Amino acid sequence: MTEENKEMSEIIAHQNIIEVRSLSVFYGQFQALKDVNIDIQARKITALIGPSGCGKSTFLRTLNRMNDLIEGVRTEGWVIFDGKNIFDEDTDLLELRRRIGMVFQRPNPFPLSIFDNVTYGLRVHGQTDRALMEERLVHSLQAVNLWDELKDRLEANALCLTGEQQQRLCIARVLALGPEVVLMDEPCSALDPTATARIEDLMYQLKQKYTIIIVTHNMQQAARVSDFTGYFLLGELVEFGQTGQIFTSPRDRRTEDYITGRFG
Amino acid sequence: MIRPKPNDRLIRLSLLTVALTAITVLAVITIFIFEQGLPVMVKYGLKNFLFGQDWYPSEKSFGLLPMIVGSLLVTLGALLIGVPLGLASAIFLTEFSSRRLSRLLKPVFELLAGIPSVVYGFLGLMFLVPFIRENLGGPGLSVLAASIILGIMILPTIISISIDSIRAVPDSYREGSIALGATKWQTVRMVVLPAARSGLVAGIILGMGRAIGETMAVIMVAGNAADLPASWLAPVRTLTSNIALEMAYASGEHRQALFATGVVLFVIIMILNFLANLAARKQSGR
Repeated sequence: MTEENKEMSEIIAHQNIIEVRSLSVFYGQFQALKDVNIDIQARKITALIGPSGCGKSTFLRTLNRMNDLIEGVRTEGWVIFDGKNIFDEDTDLLELRRRIGMVFQRPNPFPLSIFDNVTYGLRVHGQTDRALMEERLVHSLQAVNLWDELKDRLEANALCLTGEQQQRLCIARVLALGPEVVLMDEPCSALDPTATARIEDLMYQLKQKYTIIIVTHNMQQAARVSDFTGYFLLGELVEFGQTGQIFTSPRDRRTEDYITGRFG
Repeated sequence: MIRPKPNDRLIRLSLLTVALTAITVLAVITIFIFEQGLPVMVKYGLKNFLFGQDWYPSEKSFGLLPMIVGSLLVTLGALLIGVPLGLASAIFLTEFSSRRLSRLLKPVFELLAGIPSVVYGFLGLMFLVPFIRENLGGPGLSVLAASIILGIMILPTIISISIDSIRAVPDSYREGSIALGATKWQTVRMVVLPAARSGLVAGIILGMGRAIGETMAVIMVAGNAADLPASWLAPVRTLTSNIALEMAYASGEHRQALFATGVVLFVIIMILNFLANLAARKQSGR
């Protein structure tokens, strides 16, 4: 790789994939997010921490516009993804959600076969080529380290898997669509510590190819896996920066109180 | 204040007694029907009963085939009409309508179940039968008329049970699907309905039970000729109608043959329930 190319790829690697400007979200009268500004870098893990009910999940669900499903929700501001505001009227929501995938707090595989779960996204996006589906299935199950365990029982019902396997399957289901960003809403909260550690390893592997934004209650988890950390309090983004800096020398008193355990 | 602890043993015993009483009553009825109906079936031959085409009780000819076919045809017709309409209504009310509309309409559908069957039959006789006679031909009293009336009558059952089972599907499935970029309709078709399948089948079974057992409304619109119907526009007699129409004056072996009709009905319902349950279990894949 020449010097110039290397520089080029550095720049691309540090590109912001999502830029959030002046984002406010209201549920009826209640303001859940207050004027949030944040830059999400590509192929990094960004962790969002903070006490319950402080807007972390709302923020996450705004990025793929899952919040649209909630009655009475109102959004102000801009979320720029790939040079376009996702709140523009001509946004293709289905395509947006293909490119920005989501993993939920509780594993929620469909009560269908493992095969049907992983290929679900492809099928709803009109893919009918069986060979391509099988190829994607193998790749995404390999990417979440499930292929060896499950390759002989792809027709089994996904609800028969363990909690950890189910959560991996849910990640594979997202990866099969070839997303650019993966949103994770407390993906380990329903798992035991060893399973959590393995899912964290998985996130580390995945950041080679994907941008990950994770909401977590677990500060150790944020410190272990993330490159950047944002601290939310009462709908406000109090502080955002490199994870090392946030955890060793927070600038805001409120952040310090939270990470030292004096609050929350 | 310390309340005396209820005596668990006593409560258990009394509940058991009540439960056993209910089962006993059911058993006695079953035994009675079979005891009355079986001898005449044995005497004239099971084959003649099930596959004989002539029902002339005065000449000791007890062929039930026209009525068996009649019952199955009107039930099939009722399902063909009631299931698509019922499922579509349930899907609309749970997934596509506003919560207010759904809260308003569900009791209306349930009210339909409270209308006495004779009223359905009367409406059918006054409006549906003449309409069929004038527009499609035939006497109007027909398989088609009975199917339509029964199809409407089973709607409340199918709608209300389908709504309950669709609502029981966890929202996390819907979220998971929408988050993968599926449309609302894809989510319903590919995730929600499969997840609700066993409940939907249960609703259809109950609807089917209601259709095959309904008597009054069917008698009023079906024409009741004890012949194999030649088309959807020909009159038809069902097993239940057969009993209701002739019980007033039947005696001796004729009366026993009506009980035999009940036995056949009983067995058919058991078989249909069994098959439907089997299908539900197989398809849910567990």
